[in-house]
Amino acid sequence: MIDSAYLIADARAKTNTRLPKLIVRLTLSKRRQPRQTGTTFDLAGHSFDFLSLPAPQRNADTMPSEQGHRLYVKGRHLSFQRSKHALTQNTSLVKIEGVDDTKAAKFYLGKKVAFVYRAKREVRGSNIRVIWGKVTRPHGNSGVVRAKFRNNLPPKSLGATVRVMLYPSNI
Amino acid sequence: MSDGQTKQFGKSQRVVPADKAQKWYPVDDQSQPKKVRKTLRPAKVRETLVPGTILILLAGRFRGKRVILLKSLDQGVLLVTGPFKINGVPLRRVNARYVIATSKRVDISGVDAKAVEKISAPGYFTKDKKAEKKTEEAFFKQGEKAEKKVVASARASDQKAVDQAILASIKKEDFLGSYLATTFSLRNGDKPHEMKW
Repeated sequence: MIDSAYLIADARAKTNTRLPKLIVRLTLSKRRQPRQTGTTFDLAGHSFDFLSLPAPQRNADTMPSEQGHRLYVKGRHLSFQRSKHALTQNTSLVKIEGVDDTKAAKFYLGKKVAFVYRAKREVRGSNIRVIWGKVTRPHGNSGVVRAKFRNNLPPKSLGATVRVMLYPSNI
Repeated sequence: MSDGQTKQFGKSQRVVPADKAQKWYPVDDQSQPKKVRKTLRPAKVRETLVPGTILILLAGRFRGKRVILLKSLDQGVLLVTGPFKINGVPLRRVNARYVIATSKRVDISGVDAKAVEKISAPGYFTKDKKAEKKTEEAFFKQGEKAEKKVVASARASDQKAVDQAILASIKKEDFLGSYLATTFSLRNGDKPHEMKW
């Protein structure tokens, strides 16, 4: 709790916005759900994440808080590519929300994927870290995709949300 | 000295060259450096990226904002404007890969072509080098009071010159201004792969 209180104070100092109230509620809800991974939280239908907090010097008027600002599709790290016994950790399987067939999965080929997590130690002023990767190809017929990450995803990310970005875009 | 010396050897004499030919030489012929066959071709822009198109920015400081494409510069860079008055996005270069082109177009035929040309020239967006050297005193002064960033008046006037015509054509259509003012975001259950942009 000390950590989150610090985070709030820090965010307040950095952003100079009226958002912190929301963050307080977030931290409370986080305590109730111990298996929360990633940094995205759902609050009454509004997704909210720490990474896309308004940048410093921006005031609240330019980015109203009622509006969502998620620009990625949620995906779930299902598994690594595997056979019955062996795992191939250098390829991860990702189930993208709302994608149920190969045709739909094709939209996401090449798109960047980010696994965002929190770490204990602060690096360059942030406890939040990212492992970047990209969607390589569809896997099977049910819309699952394969993704390769710059560093292999850790096993603790199994079941966690990954962010499937909308870039590089070809629309 | 290239002539060498004439020396007497017994009865005869012959010329001894001053620079003797090398006894050893490389077996291989001198390798020719490869000719570079690459050329810098102008980047191919996607068909959808026609000047006047409303774009959605996907990353960076202005992510989610809807902006108007003015011109595609070389090497896959796009010149966009908010317009600044509507959504706070200034004249800016963005990477075409970090942009979604919508099917909505705005008439930008009234925009001053000269102003756009001036802005799209290389070097327009590069920062001026700081004239004064950082002294120790200045370093400590930094912490006392944050220096406010000053927008160059030339930039501001260019922005106005370009936006003027665009704002006029935006006004002609209902809700277009408020559409540009809103940001794009995904909500639960949204499927970008099924959206018609």
